[in-house]
Amino acid sequence: MTKITFVTFDGVRIDTDAENGSTVMESAIRNAVPGIDAECGGACACATCHVYIADAWKDAAGEPEAMEEDMLDFAYDVRPSSRLSCQIRVSNELDGLVVHVPERQA
Amino acid sequence: MSEIVKTDVVIIGAGPVGLFAVFELGLYDLKCHLIDILDRPGGQCAELYPEKPIYDIPAWPEISGQGLTDRLMEQIKPFAPQFHFNRMVTRLERQAYGQFHVETDEGEIFEAKVVVIAAGGGSFQPKRPPVPGIEAFEGKSVFYSVRRMEEFRDQDVLIVGGGDSALDWALNLQPITRSLTVVHRRAEFRAAPDSVKKMFELVESGSVRFELGQVSGLKGEDGVLTGATIKSADSEIELPVTRLLPFFGLTMKLGPIADWGLNLHENLIPVSVETFETSQPGIFAIGDINWYPGKLKLILSGFHEAALMTQAAKRIVSPGERVVFQYTTSSTSLQKKLGVN
Repeated sequence: MTKITFVTFDGVRIDTDAENGSTVMESAIRNAVPGIDAECGGACACATCHVYIADAWKDAAGEPEAMEEDMLDFAYDVRPSSRLSCQIRVSNELDGLVVHVPERQA
Repeated sequence: MSEIVKTDVVIIGAGPVGLFAVFELGLYDLKCHLIDILDRPGGQCAELYPEKPIYDIPAWPEISGQGLTDRLMEQIKPFAPQFHFNRMVTRLERQAYGQFHVETDEGEIFEAKVVVIAAGGGSFQPKRPPVPGIEAFEGKSVFYSVRRMEEFRDQDVLIVGGGDSALDWALNLQPITRSLTVVHRRAEFRAAPDSVKKMFELVESGSVRFELGQVSGLKGEDGVLTGATIKSADSEIELPVTRLLPFFGLTMKLGPIADWGLNLHENLIPVSVETFETSQPGIFAIGDINWYPGKLKLILSGFHEAALMTQAAKRIVSPGERVVFQYTTSSTSLQKKLGVN
């Protein structure tokens, strides 16, 4: 299990245990993290699982691929640290990952 | 006001479940009109994941959203459903004589004996960009689609986005505007490469201005826009702008459904599990939009709901008539309706 912490827009921290190989979005949904809608269910088709990756974790989480960048165009308040959580695969390297949830998804 | 279109059933939503309802209702001779806010059938399957595989449709180990839509369209063809796309249902009201009037934002009125809400997650509506105070300008200076090009003649137009809608409208509107600026948050575009090339040719020749960044503020009063602030990584500029066209894709909203006097449960419509009727007799809800104990938002659940809803809908449309349950495999009368016998 890999520890992933979600920080909601109000500053509430939610610690989750994510399974390696699953996605960060799935861990958010399983743990009912408020502010992650994931309307399309993880198909990289809706940009409603948008999160900000804490600076220290940017390299480990990797860069978005072209398709994800395209979808990020539709996200709300996009920043350099923006990612779609359905496109981040959980692995040991991400143990302790902190992601911030934006004010809203759309 | 346009003429009232009379029909047995109006289905709100032309996603997979709305489409399959046409089949089930058609077997019982009920004629359907379908209304959808998108410009084509398929709902979320067409809008969110046309190319993505679905693995849980019975007998289809793998099928794409578009593939499923295409096959449903083929399956319901014998019943000649009437489609009305690019329309949002704004009102649903029961008339004194028991039938329903369904009104669209295009001013059309449909009169139906039964209404089936198969609206999925609600209607797809344009996303509002995160610009403070943008609401005040909507409809007057800020538009999410181009309905009349004249609205943009001799205006200082700002288009935001990097997809086909953004670039197509930049190219189409540029000849009639006073000035046209395109703002996109990055240097890569989703739009067709040819449109991107054409736009940059216009940028070269000075007819279009391109800025890398995001709109951070709007200026103006009483809905009349006069300027916009564009923020990029290291600078902030102000531009004179009188029309803003943001293209940020679509999101699902429950929309006017909330005003139709139906009981709601967390933005979903509770239904009877026997008939899939809502709290209002004659109005049914099937697919992702409904709720009942144990509900699963699966396409196959919606198909099942369509079949059961039909039994109750038929009793309303043809009161006193015996509803005979038959199999398509063996019933010659059903086969006739399907055009296979």
